[in-house]
Amino acid sequence: MATKYLGERIKRKEDPRLIQGRGHYVDDLKLGGMAHLAFARSPHAHARIKSIDAGAAVATPGVLAVYTGEELKGQVGFVPCAAGLEGLKIPDHPCLATGTVHYLGEPVAAVVATSRYGARDAAEKIEVDYEPLPAVLDMEKALVKGSPRVHEHLTDNTAFVAKLEAGDWNAVRQDASLKVIKQRLINQRLAPASMETRGVVASYSPGEDTLTVWSSTQIPHILKTQLAIMSKLDEARCRVITPEVGGGFGSKLNVYGEEGVACFASRKLGRPVKWIEGRRENMLATIHGRDQINDLEIYAKPDGKVAGFRCRILASMGAYHQLLTPAIPTLTALMILGAYDIKNVFVETVGVFTNEMSTDAYRGAGRPEATYIIERAMDLVAFELKMDPVEVRRKNFPSSGKDISMATGVVYDTANYEKPLKKALRLAGYNRLRKEQERLRKKGKYLGIGVSTYVEICAMGPSSRMPGGGWESGTVRVEPTGKVTVLSGTSPHGQGEETTFAQIVAEQLGVSFDDVTVYHGDTSVVPMGIGTFGSRTTAVGGSAIYYASERIKKKMAKFAAARLGVKPGELLFRDGKIETSDGAKSVPFGSIVVDAYSAKTLPAGVEPGLFEQFVFEPPNYTYPFGAHIAVVEIDEETGEVRLRDYFAVDDCGRILNPLLVDGQIHGGLAQGIGQALWEEHVYDESGQLLTGTFMDYALPKAGCFPWFHTANTETRTPVNPLGVKGVGEAGTIGSTPAVVNAVVDALRPLGVRHVDMPLKPEKIWKLMKGNAGDGGR
Amino acid sequence: MISESFEYHVPKTIEEALGMIGEFGDESKVLAGGHSLLPMMKLRLASPKHLIDIGRIGALRYIRESEGQLELGALTTHFEIESSSLLKSKCPLLPETAREIGDVQVCNRGTLGGSLVHADPAADWPAAMLAVEAEMVARGPHGERKIRARDFFVDLMATALQSDELLTAIRVSPLPARTGDAYLKLHHPASGFAVVGVAVRLTLAESGSIGEARVGVTGVGAKPYRAEETERLLAGKSPTAKRLEEAAAHAADGVDANSDLYASGDYRKHLAAVYARRAIQRAAERAAGR
Repeated sequence: MATKYLGERIKRKEDPRLIQGRGHYVDDLKLGGMAHLAFARSPHAHARIKSIDAGAAVATPGVLAVYTGEELKGQVGFVPCAAGLEGLKIPDHPCLATGTVHYLGEPVAAVVATSRYGARDAAEKIEVDYEPLPAVLDMEKALVKGSPRVHEHLTDNTAFVAKLEAGDWNAVRQDASLKVIKQRLINQRLAPASMETRGVVASYSPGEDTLTVWSSTQIPHILKTQLAIMSKLDEARCRVITPEVGGGFGSKLNVYGEEGVACFASRKLGRPVKWIEGRRENMLATIHGRDQINDLEIYAKPDGKVAGFRCRILASMGAYHQLLTPAIPTLTALMILGAYDIKNVFVETVGVFTNEMSTDAYRGAGRPEATYIIERAMDLVAFELKMDPVEVRRKNFPSSGKDISMATGVVYDTANYEKPLKKALRLAGYNRLRKEQERLRKKGKYLGIGVSTYVEICAMGPSSRMPGGGWESGTVRVEPTGKVTVLSGTSPHGQGEETTFAQIVAEQLGVSFDDVTVYHGDTSVVPMGIGTFGSRTTAVGGSAIYYASERIKKKMAKFAAARLGVKPGELLFRDGKIETSDGAKSVPFGSIVVDAYSAKTLPAGVEPGLFEQFVFEPPNYTYPFGAHIAVVEIDEETGEVRLRDYFAVDDCGRILNPLLVDGQIHGGLAQGIGQALWEEHVYDESGQLLTGTFMDYALPKAGCFPWFHTANTETRTPVNPLGVKGVGEAGTIGSTPAVVNAVVDALRPLGVRHVDMPLKPEKIWKLMKGNAGDGGR
Repeated sequence: MISESFEYHVPKTIEEALGMIGEFGDESKVLAGGHSLLPMMKLRLASPKHLIDIGRIGALRYIRESEGQLELGALTTHFEIESSSLLKSKCPLLPETAREIGDVQVCNRGTLGGSLVHADPAADWPAAMLAVEAEMVARGPHGERKIRARDFFVDLMATALQSDELLTAIRVSPLPARTGDAYLKLHHPASGFAVVGVAVRLTLAESGSIGEARVGVTGVGAKPYRAEETERLLAGKSPTAKRLEEAAAHAADGVDANSDLYASGDYRKHLAAVYARRAIQRAAERAAGR
């Protein structure tokens, strides 16, 4: 490919409207006769509903209807779970609770009123008589025989058990030279906390018998199918439109009960119904991320080479499964070896029901946990063997190349882990930092240097491995005026693919970038699609568009060849022309468009028009990698951690737009570092949420960070024609362990080998005082 | 995050506001910048039937010098304090404290008077008010009275202001000669409030020893306080590192310290000692430079 647009630092097409506040989100939508929905939610983690008295709510002026779970029975289907695992228990998940509430914030009743305020006030008047039941919050206690159960009809709190085993464990056990290192790691619960909360408008037209839903979602097509099933409507009569989405981070890769209720209410009332989630609801009742307990056993040779790795993963499901809840920790198991050639592996993953909000995909979705486990493990080996953590990593890297088979069963597309590591070490001045650390240690000062050489799995993914297929569709339509329309089945919501996709098509067709317009997020406009998640949009969706534009080119080349008297294969598309490679013969792009639509003379076997579709099925995932280095200083009196510097060298394959790659890395780092230092969602032992507002939940702000030093290496993937791997989650995945490793490294003189996240100053102060025992727990 | 419904009133004058406060009594709340009250109303932790918005009473918004005192109208915003050249030269502790408050939005809307009356135990202003021995000017149906800062903060979110009174102004004395001040805090990573905050105003005698030191502490207990034992141990002593450390170690003596998800009571007391020493040190250095 000639490069005119690809690889260029092009500003986003999306930004002028978003920066000027001219974008349209769900809440901007105002339809005639629109009513508003509000929910009464459970104040208990676990309780039996004895009675619901909605009398006062019904009598409130402006209230159109009040619904409870009983009224929805048989009318609205259950909230879906798409994950398929052997032996998985899937409890029925009604949109409104029936009989028992299972987590704090579970919707119990819904009010529809003529105003948003009126709906909220009426919801407050719904009287529910609850009989509290024992709440299950602690995963380990939940698994003890005789524990109270989250779902009384299930035998226990185990949602599933999955095992992954490979290698020769007898040989590992008999090898007396191996050092066995054990450690427990806690990967705390997080709130995705997108800037725009959830929101939905459902509009049912009784005359046409059609349902149109505007939703702040990452998966419009999947949502359409699922809402049709839940609402028992003919899918062909359903349409989902996704306007601007103010962030999702996986939390909107879902189908929520509130959406089912909005559709039901609109159908019942025959008028549009809007629901906009409040921030407190968002903290309570939008899926949470992470929440695992990991028990590690590392078998290391004296030279630092890891011979065997075992891990038991306890993963909190919450009370119900949302769309992919149980699938998330299975990604942790799959990626648990990271960038290291470890032949013997054993992972047991136990999904545990608790009386909490469901966990599900949150930026990285299972891979941040895996990366945290293996990157902490590498540092634990370094600690125990008194080696440099960089040296331990180098000992365990596989040799570079393609199709690297891992003991976990995955095959890494390409690997060259030394390359970004070398670059990051140089960028950070690693050796100089180590010398500075030595000097400061003599003065009683704490400087820490943390390394993470991550590899992740993305571009999701081959359909064989994905619950509902992993392909993606792309459509390219050259309009009769020569302008180009692109339709994608993905649903970007901040990632910037309106720009990237236009770059791909402009480059392919040799037209101006400004002449290409990208549409997505309307199931009546885009034929079919899967959505945006798992760092797949450019790698999978972009490839579909690439191939669709190839089809356009092939067709146009036939028209042009007939005009120019040459063979179609000789023609190039550039600068608005279709021409022979020597430029001797050419025809304007626009003339061929006219030929194709006027259809006066058609080449043999060619149909009129220029609109082509391609559905791309990726043959494998991609496996981006990189090396991150964090530098921290710790206040020796208070334990406060200051992130002094951060260096990120990421290899996400071919870079189509460096500006967007930087943006993804910066945002990703903020979220990954946020987990390491500040963020935690905490329920108390009765299941009340202690971090339900931004006064308590520490979402980082721009001022919390130093300027990030970012760089890249480019190892193209053979998995797709663009050579791109994906970059949406890499920053988050790579950064959390780098920061924790840095803080533990700073505390090394005290003999500290682990501290659990978030690294709050008091924990570190206690370690410095020397009275916190192992791990600061 | 939608509050209960309420009647909204906009008085144009202090007298009109006092009339409304008298009329609606306990069913009313006075709205200044709204950055504490409105979130509480949205969380339905506060549900006043009447909201009296004093935000348009221009007479409550000023910074001026009169009769050798600095006076700030209760509606002066944090940003106005942070950027005031008069305060920067005459009472730099106030701009320094303002700089540590919240984010841009809070600084542009939030007011000194609103913060003081709200009396959040982790607010920044009370520490500074104590250190400069501010006087709160309150107006009620029976006229005006002055309340010393150390008498103003009564308990958790409770002040000496009567329910029929309005805080109208805050008076502070300008920085005397050979005096320095400082405010240091540990920010809560979520709220930005002070986990612990210490404000100091310290005067050096001609001899170089400490004449007087006033140490205001916020965030540690249910209400802000003066660290009296620390102050006593500093008075008349030369400001050596060892002396400061010994005195600062008593910064949380006898305080029943708050404990929460972020910091235990013991840790807060430790922070009070560390931050007090650092703030005293900085104030002493500044005093020596004047």
